[in-house]
Amino acid sequence: MVEIRNLTVAYGAVTALHKISLTVNAGEIVTLIGGNGAGKSTTLRAISGLIRPRSGKIMYQGTDVTGVPAHELVARGLSHCPEGRLVFANLTVDENLRLGAYLQRDRKRIAEELDFVLTLFPRLSERTTQLAGTLSGGEQQMLAIARALMSQPRCLLLDEPSLGIAPLLVKSIFDQIVALNRTRGLTILLVEQNANLALEISHRGYVLETGRIILSDHAAALRSNPDVQEAYLGA
Amino acid sequence: MLPRSQIVLLISLITAGIISASSSRIDDYILDVILGIGINIILAVSLNLINGFTGQFSLGHAGFMAVGAYAAGTLTTGPGKVWFDASGASPALLFPFVLFAGGLTAAVVGLAVGAPSLRLKGDYLAIVTLGFGEIIKVILQNIEWLGGSRGMVGIPSYTSFFWCFGAAAVTIYAAWALVNSTLGRGFLAVADDEIAAEAMGLNTTRYKIIAFVTGAFFAGIAGGLYAHLKGYISPAGFDFNKSIEIVVMVILGGMGRHVGVVIAVVLLTVLSEKLRDFGDKRMIVYSALLILLMLTRPQGLFTWKPARKAITG
Amino acid sequence: MIEFLQQLINGISLGAIYALIALGYTMVYGVLRFINFAHSDVFMLGAFVGYYAVKKLGVPVGGLAGGLLVLCLAMSICAIVGILIERLAYRPLRSRPTLSVLITAIGVSLLLQNLGQSVFGANPKAFPRLFPETNLHLGQLSITSNQLLVIAVSLVLLAGLHFIVHRTKTGTAMRALSFNATASSLVGINNDRIISFTFGLGSALAGAGGILYAMNYPSIDPLMGTMPGLKAFVAAVLGGVGSLPGAALGGLLIGLIETFVAGTGWSTYRDAVAFAILILILLLRPAGLLGKSRSDKV
Repeated sequence: MVEIRNLTVAYGAVTALHKISLTVNAGEIVTLIGGNGAGKSTTLRAISGLIRPRSGKIMYQGTDVTGVPAHELVARGLSHCPEGRLVFANLTVDENLRLGAYLQRDRKRIAEELDFVLTLFPRLSERTTQLAGTLSGGEQQMLAIARALMSQPRCLLLDEPSLGIAPLLVKSIFDQIVALNRTRGLTILLVEQNANLALEISHRGYVLETGRIILSDHAAALRSNPDVQEAYLGA
Repeated sequence: MLPRSQIVLLISLITAGIISASSSRIDDYILDVILGIGINIILAVSLNLINGFTGQFSLGHAGFMAVGAYAAGTLTTGPGKVWFDASGASPALLFPFVLFAGGLTAAVVGLAVGAPSLRLKGDYLAIVTLGFGEIIKVILQNIEWLGGSRGMVGIPSYTSFFWCFGAAAVTIYAAWALVNSTLGRGFLAVADDEIAAEAMGLNTTRYKIIAFVTGAFFAGIAGGLYAHLKGYISPAGFDFNKSIEIVVMVILGGMGRHVGVVIAVVLLTVLSEKLRDFGDKRMIVYSALLILLMLTRPQGLFTWKPARKAITG
Repeated sequence: MIEFLQQLINGISLGAIYALIALGYTMVYGVLRFINFAHSDVFMLGAFVGYYAVKKLGVPVGGLAGGLLVLCLAMSICAIVGILIERLAYRPLRSRPTLSVLITAIGVSLLLQNLGQSVFGANPKAFPRLFPETNLHLGQLSITSNQLLVIAVSLVLLAGLHFIVHRTKTGTAMRALSFNATASSLVGINNDRIISFTFGLGSALAGAGGILYAMNYPSIDPLMGTMPGLKAFVAAVLGGVGSLPGAALGGLLIGLIETFVAGTGWSTYRDAVAFAILILILLLRPAGLLGKSRSDKV
């Protein structure tokens, strides 16, 4: 569904990604793991069109989408739930969610989707008229995911969903991610600090180190790889 | 042994003196244009200093010029003339003190304007200086003993080639010295990243204020020279358009580059003399030029090094 | 007391115009984070569209319908001009530092003023009567119908703006964009299109302001935008740049303060007052009356 070939991204003089290549097949959950500054978020930002790569190709559903702006990719079913949540703090929860379906014109489908995400995250349904900025960190994360789902994506790029959230909540968010993948066939590319948790729900994984992919394998194999265990799984 | 920069300054001053001694041979009109160039160099270089240190433009530079012009004019023509005459010294000897007084007054006003606005982040300096320029104009229009909106007339013409280009040389030297002082260099190195600068213990606001007040001081000097060149000043002559003219010179020359700015001043002053007959068409060309320049060569016309790319995350 | 009420009404009708202009400054600041210096000249253009609509196109005025037609025409043309300015001068600079955009905006402003002087002529022109004019007398209080019209039209436009910003999808997108441009593009909002829309909306309000201003100060010239523009800008800062209710409130306050100062012995300082307020507000409460202080991003 998503295929990256020899992607190089640079911020000014600093190269963030060196010729990385990776593939995410339809229906998969794929995890990118790596330390701080390894280039995980940059990879997602490049795929979703937020930054232009210096060189390399990004394919989405078989077509070249390198350089296509972010808002057009949303229309093609690619949704990016960014790091740091970025919910619209000045808008209500309801407005945030409806903006997620900005490109959807069919009111009925918007209503259906709204019902769906609110059953997924019932906490949000109690807070629809509240300003998003007044939500707790965990609730903002749920809102960000729910908003990303409102566009009815076929592929979801999910950046650090567990960051700064109580462990109990993390569990419930991850359960929902798996459920989306199973019931809707949603393809997910996940970036996660908590590599243990991420690999548990993923099919495959890639390990990024200072802008290069150093390892890729099935999730189970990565979890039993002693190097990965030592570096990222805290074993 | 003096440092090299001071030798350059000394040579410039001596050269200015020699040319000045023979300036009577130059055609009056041409001399007038040349002295205008000198004054504009002072204005543009002092504004460039402010821009270099604060990353913003003062949109009221003409206001500081007005303060200097009126302060100096008051001493030689206005109520201050009493002391000026009573001192018995020759005007040529007193003139530098008059200029200095004008610059000092402008610097004090600059401190009052700059201190509050430079503490804030964002475009506030541009806005506040813009407002300040207008306030100065209104205040001057309302002070009767300064001539009100009719202006001040009969100012003696003390501005000579020497004072004009001597002051220009001192301005360039001062701007250079401030930038190249150990602390100034450190400041500029981290000025892009104020948080980093503050983390290193640099008081960014203090530096900006020093640069701003210095800039205002030299704009005041330029004002004094202007008053004693034209013999007549009025509040309307120091309006927003005058400020913009100085901004255009700095942008055309390349922000932060004194040599480019000097070339731009010469070019624009000559160009605007040539275009004088075209009246309002001149300002159309001016503004179109400004827009085109920002769209195509934001680093200035006379700068070949590529502008630093902003790092966007 | 009569004197006070009289000044109050004068101040409100002046303030309403400042509010209309201030909203444009604040909206553009909200989505692009820069001061659109050319805004005050779009305001000037609005007045001239009105003038030429009557003088050259011969739009029949004097009745309510003709006047409103002129108002709509000025708003539409200003909207188009505003969109074009953004498209041609500001959009190519999107990734450049704010200073570049600010300087370009000053250039656009000067260009409009000088083109205006060369196309319209530099001499002041008498603005035609758009609406039937009468003086209403309430006791000793005298209100012109134009003043009432200014207040009424401004209220309608403010209500319309409120509706657009808070009840429509595009308005929600505007608010989303002004909060965070990355997040808004990630939900599928075409930021460029919303920025165009914002310029159109703000410029239409400025155009309306130009007509209303010209109705009460019946001579117009190509430099007429500068002072009201600067004061409206101060109004936007006073209310809190980026805040729409703040801009409206700020405009009203500046209009009132200016009118009351003009009514005292300090009348020659009326133009300086706004700037004194600006410096005071920056010293005491830089975020403005209704603005939230925004922390700089690390």
